[in-house]
Amino acid sequence: MTTARPLDGRGNEPLLEVDDLRTYFDTPRGVVKAVDGVSLRVDRGKTLGIVGESGSGKTVLSRSIMNLLPKNNTIREGSVRFEGRELTTMKNKEMRTIWGAEMAMILQDPMTSLNPVTKIGDQITESLGIHLGEKGKVAKAHAVDLLKSVGIPAAERRLGEYPHQLSGGMRQRVTIAIALACGPKLLVADEPTTALDVTVQRQILDLLETQQHERNMGLIIITHDLGVVAGRADEIAVMYAGRIVERAPTRELFARTRMPYTEGLLKSIPRLHQPSHTRLAAIPGRPPDLVDPGPGCPFAPRCNYAQDKCLTETPVLAPHAAGHEAACHFPVGTTAGQDALARNLAAGRTAAGTPLDSSTAIATAGAA
Amino acid sequence: MYVLRRLPSLLATLFAVSLLTFLMTSLLPGDPALQILGAENATPEAIAAVRADLGLDDPLPVRYLHWIGDALTGDFGRSYRTNEPVSEAIIDRLPVTAEIGILAIIIALLVAIPVGMLSAYRAGTRTDKLISSTSFGLLAVPNFMVAIFLILIFAVWLGVLPATGWVNFTDNPVQNLRSALLPALSLAIAEMAVYTRLLRTDMIGTLQQDFVTMARVKGVSNRRILFRHALRPSSFSLMTVAGVQVGAIIGGSVVIETLFALPGVGRLLLEAVLVRDLLMVQGVALVIAVSYVVVNFTVDILYSYLDPRISHGRSAARV
Repeated sequence: MTTARPLDGRGNEPLLEVDDLRTYFDTPRGVVKAVDGVSLRVDRGKTLGIVGESGSGKTVLSRSIMNLLPKNNTIREGSVRFEGRELTTMKNKEMRTIWGAEMAMILQDPMTSLNPVTKIGDQITESLGIHLGEKGKVAKAHAVDLLKSVGIPAAERRLGEYPHQLSGGMRQRVTIAIALACGPKLLVADEPTTALDVTVQRQILDLLETQQHERNMGLIIITHDLGVVAGRADEIAVMYAGRIVERAPTRELFARTRMPYTEGLLKSIPRLHQPSHTRLAAIPGRPPDLVDPGPGCPFAPRCNYAQDKCLTETPVLAPHAAGHEAACHFPVGTTAGQDALARNLAAGRTAAGTPLDSSTAIATAGAA
Repeated sequence: MYVLRRLPSLLATLFAVSLLTFLMTSLLPGDPALQILGAENATPEAIAAVRADLGLDDPLPVRYLHWIGDALTGDFGRSYRTNEPVSEAIIDRLPVTAEIGILAIIIALLVAIPVGMLSAYRAGTRTDKLISSTSFGLLAVPNFMVAIFLILIFAVWLGVLPATGWVNFTDNPVQNLRSALLPALSLAIAEMAVYTRLLRTDMIGTLQQDFVTMARVKGVSNRRILFRHALRPSSFSLMTVAGVQVGAIIGGSVVIETLFALPGVGRLLLEAVLVRDLLMVQGVALVIAVSYVVVNFTVDILYSYLDPRISHGRSAARV
């Protein structure tokens, strides 16, 4: 983790500030509230991890921040300020001067995010030409430098190759080189390692970290895997059903988890010290339908702590410690939470009607 | 090399095509000798003499080998009717059909590529729906109807293009193009509609790909995304079908050449069929089939230009 280095005299102004962002899709089934009131900020040189399972709205959030969503059938409210500039009202024409130059993005699957029929060199030099006006030999030399900086051997030869001639890890290095080409101030990495082998995942994450430090760049890592951001993010925001349900500096989040959903995510990571064939503690059920979610906490049907209050009142983010917020009526690790769990254990079911047997309870009680 | 790897299958296809062409015409009922002589001259002796002369009494395999052996040296025999060498008749007529066909494909692509891209880019909007219903409408009209309308508009009402007839390119290039334009347009209309629909569908798929999102995030303009990033990966179905549709164009040219009174291969074939001019039918059918196979082989080769993954198939998994 780095400390903030106010290089440009604007150190106090956040690089990215998202305020109460809502992104709804008007579908034949009803309005899907994919992002429902998210606020967050990213400072220069800092890493924010956004964690959530499939369908939690994290990818829509990233597209919404980047202004990439189609205009029709999309309802977007709230604000996204990038270095003080409001992005939500910007036209695509204006965004094109920011995309690639100041904000960049890498996507989950490097095979599909590179154009299969274009040489790697051309894909890198394209944005160099658009934003920096570099052409021909200058652009080519720059591209070679970029490939070298992301750890690609024989960079010159690679320029003339096509994506399918590279391995998955190499391809993701290329997409990182493309994203970093024009020196962006913010990089959004949407599941950057999900499609890669475990051994390669670590290399890619290390590369992202090194590049971030060298460039004092803001970084958002979006992932379903808490393990990916555990040692790397300065702050972690946990998303559920289109909202942030817990947010804390990384160490604080792991040490004093407050939201039962975060606890469930932590429990579902396999541990080395556990004997082999230990059953992973999965979170029961599925993420809720984002069309008309109804009252109450969206996590209640899957939560071991659920009480009657959870079914009627939606909890809002409330501070627990410095920089630590959680949206829960009966937070983990508090007296209220322990009482709630004890009541549900005694009843053998939660207030939402989910059966609660002692084996899940033991797994859960371990964290408290 | 990719082309060389594909060569054996090309040769095998050509062999099969020649065999089928030969069998198709040889197994038809009726005696060509009777046709040649005419009903009144057809004494049994005369028929036997003609049959022996043409080698019609030999077993089929022998006849095939004779025919294909001669064909390979460019000798397709002589027309039963006019005694004109079949190869000369074909060489005379082929440029007409080829010019109309190629012109038709060029016109169809020139219209279909921008229109199909526009349709995909504006998918679901009024523009898209208008383009879609127009192309369905054009698909539903048979080409001879299109030809009649075009003649009516451009030849009868406006009087700017000739309704019938042909001028050789070497005689007068401008007049040649003028006489080729309406027939080519008649063939192009339906192709245009097919190409537009295909490109639209593939393009919509491509525009949802991650690499298009990546290109947007690089700050690439919409026009550049469409032409430089999305067009090539979207054109595989278009290429394939354009190759296959060459068959439809050749078939269509039989009708169109008759309508416009053009001295093309299509009309030659039609006339030969009507008078049971067996060797002429065989020769023309072989030339058409071979050109069709060669066109589609070329399309196959072009794939590797469109998609480098095809020619690099073997060295793909290099780390």
